Amino acid sequence: MTVAGLAATFGSGAMTNSIDELESTDLILATGTNTTENHPVIGAKVKRAVRRHGTKLIVIDPREIDLVKYADIWLRQKPGTDVAVFNGLMNVIIAEGLYDKEYVAGRTEGFEALKAVVAKYTPESVEKISGVPAEDLKKAARMYAQAGRASIIYAMGITQHITGTDNVKSTANLSMLCGNVGIEGGGVNPLRGQNNVQGACDMGALPNVYPAYQPVAGEDVRKKFEAAWKAALSPKPGLTLMEIMAAAGSGKIKALYVMGENPLLSDPDLQHVAKELQKLDLMIVQDIFLTETAQMADVVLPACAFAEKEGTFTNTERRVQRVRKALEPPGEARADWEIICGISSRMGYPMTYASAQEIFEEIRTVTPSYAGITYDRLEKEGLQWPCPTVSHSGTKFLHKDKFSRGLGLFTALEYIPPNELPDQEYPFLLSTGRVLYHYHTGTMTTRARGPVERCPESLVEIHPEDAGKLGIADGQKVRVTSRRGTVEVKARITEKSAPGSIFMNFHFTEAPVNFLTNPALDPTGKIPEYKVCAVKLEAA
Amino acid sequence: MDTKITVTIDGQEVSADPGQTILEAARSQGIYIPTLCHYSKTTNVGACRVCVVEVENARSYVASCCAPVTPGMVIRTNTPAIRAAQKMIIELLWSSGDHNCLTCEQNGACELQDLVYWLQIDKPRFPIEHHGYEMDNSNTMITRDLNKCILCGRCIRACNEIQVNEVLDFANRGSYAKVGPAFDADYIDSSCVFCGECAQVCPTGAITFKQAKFAGRPWELSKTRTTCAYCGVGCQIDLYTKDNKIVKVMGNRQYGPPNEGSLCVKGRFGMDFISHPDRISKPLIRHQKGEAFKEAAWDEAYAFIAQRLAAVKKEYGPDSIAGLSSARCTNEENYVFQKFLRGGIGTNNIDHCARL
Repeated sequence: MTVAGLAATFGSGAMTNSIDELESTDLILATGTNTTENHPVIGAKVKRAVRRHGTKLIVIDPREIDLVKYADIWLRQKPGTDVAVFNGLMNVIIAEGLYDKEYVAGRTEGFEALKAVVAKYTPESVEKISGVPAEDLKKAARMYAQAGRASIIYAMGITQHITGTDNVKSTANLSMLCGNVGIEGGGVNPLRGQNNVQGACDMGALPNVYPAYQPVAGEDVRKKFEAAWKAALSPKPGLTLMEIMAAAGSGKIKALYVMGENPLLSDPDLQHVAKELQKLDLMIVQDIFLTETAQMADVVLPACAFAEKEGTFTNTERRVQRVRKALEPPGEARADWEIICGISSRMGYPMTYASAQEIFEEIRTVTPSYAGITYDRLEKEGLQWPCPTVSHSGTKFLHKDKFSRGLGLFTALEYIPPNELPDQEYPFLLSTGRVLYHYHTGTMTTRARGPVERCPESLVEIHPEDAGKLGIADGQKVRVTSRRGTVEVKARITEKSAPGSIFMNFHFTEAPVNFLTNPALDPTGKIPEYKVCAVKLEAA
Repeated sequence: MDTKITVTIDGQEVSADPGQTILEAARSQGIYIPTLCHYSKTTNVGACRVCVVEVENARSYVASCCAPVTPGMVIRTNTPAIRAAQKMIIELLWSSGDHNCLTCEQNGACELQDLVYWLQIDKPRFPIEHHGYEMDNSNTMITRDLNKCILCGRCIRACNEIQVNEVLDFANRGSYAKVGPAFDADYIDSSCVFCGECAQVCPTGAITFKQAKFAGRPWELSKTRTTCAYCGVGCQIDLYTKDNKIVKVMGNRQYGPPNEGSLCVKGRFGMDFISHPDRISKPLIRHQKGEAFKEAAWDEAYAFIAQRLAAVKKEYGPDSIAGLSSARCTNEENYVFQKFLRGGIGTNNIDHCARL
């Protein structure tokens, strides 16, 4: 996935460029991002770029998303064939000599190996794998290569595959091949799906790194943190989310502390997850609602919502911005940081911060990329990391002149098919995602009048051809079944997904699509393959 | 290379950039010219004419929002003739609509009302004749009262040029002209995605936030700038609150990046959850598996957790404990969470749902 893929390639796992650069660049390649629904304000910028600035737009997506209407070229690949499509684009660019030879020679390594692998991915062979017509692929390749500055934007459509890390590296390969990394208006830009995914990663809410991606296995790093935190620290990297769930099931994890997450609606193969969590001796859940996960807990702690506390979020373009208190919390609810400090102090590891700002001051001392950021500086406008000193004005785009790791690394990648493809018994391909009006597990948006009015329930999108064959009418209840479970949901007949593919969202507890999804993981990023699993459909 | 040009505004020599409009040149010097239809970063249309100025040797009054400065231009913004023209324009707008401030949610935040006051108009010299359009009350988010519409077109440009949703446009001609989605549909039946940009830019009470109606007068609301808690864009938002409730959510162009004042439906209309009765307000403990939750004091909850975590750690070691941090919480909270698990418990079993 993003952090793993881009960190290996560039040395830094984050959006390389800034949001506002999209509006004035020469070309945008949007892949695996339904931008206008999932990042609507960025979607508007892309549309503005096309309509008002004359920016070219290439969309690579299996669904006919809104951006297709604005695109110069739309490549509709079969879900999960992204590596093949990107190899195909690079095949054309290299064969026709359209790549940036000076950049490749001066700033990258691994080109010969890449060249050897992509040579096999001729447009004709890619057409066989992906369904993308060879001529369209050539047109898109030429358009991308010949654009002055080209930006790639992507989201979960790229990462939620067993080849998620490979997909990310493929976008990086293409971008470097044409000299687009390290320039304004270019780059590889993962659009992060949650308000503070970037910040949570930056702060070391990951099993293998401390804040600012400093490895827990590094001796010097560990000593530094032991001194700063006055504690002995484990050198052993921890478990990832899916591994934690499995370890709960096998009895290795006995206690789980969940802060503001709802794995019982968001994780794949939910019935299995529920069984795993039941085996825990102790589950602590800290949230603003009694979520599906909280209902299983031994202790539930009432937390403040974002509008009831002070702090900072870091957005998708690495911009650290202030969160400010506008409301008093209900009853006895407390800010998450206060609760953690209370428990920690009780356990003999005192944490006695007087305010969020005081915590931030400590963060600055152990997080070099945040060292120059202060609450005072954030008063008027956010700052983009890296911001190493208080006189540094933040970093608009990364990897100028030099990659964080020195040379940019090309990775030669072969196409690997998805883990579970349709067959005779389960003939349809299911992808999951979000819709405009709702957010993640729906805890927030299903309690908001407007979004519920516009989108009151989950719908499964079915192509009219398939609906016709199965005798399913618009609005009719259908039963969707995978090897892992069954969900009943109303049908929405639309040509958005290709024949043979269906799409469902994961917002509603009444239609928990993650009963169906496949928990097969990307081996590096440990991300589940939400975008592809096999299901069957019948009228309910 | 472009060089500065000099113009005279109200007797004052002003240096301006070529291509700048008279309005921009004047505003950069702090000279006030009223506007209604003008909205920066969208096309200048010169629809309302309230920004008219005198330009020496021009055939007629000039709409300053559209006219570029030229070298040596002599401009007057505040002559009696200009004020008379502006009064006429405002009186015509007033008399063509149902601008009854007693029942208008925008009272106190209306640009038409402000100009009536600024130009010191007691009442329009023309009879008030409005169309009697039906209100669009079709949804829970945005109310439209076209009887208060002055046809400035800001909402249309916001919809087409800022959000590029391409829902709104003018229909009909002359005095029958009106603004709306295709086929004169109500918002709920149109392709509108409820970003609310149209209501945010409307200078009058024609397009308003429905849930803000009767929830507080403009001068009673507190404003807090913060960062939206939905997706990763990190839009800067102003929460307008009263009596510990959010009345409305607005973007603010002055804040600049990342959203330049724009929002989406979730940030704009998705905040009801904060004051929802389902919020939990007290710690809950289940002392035995299978039992129901019991409310507890914080001290009791802390003691329970500390004792149980310590027991697990003692019996099975620190790596039998794991924590899921949150992409929804602040940096400060994520930091103390991982510090607690690493420093306090002694394990690196920390992750969050970045992958989901």
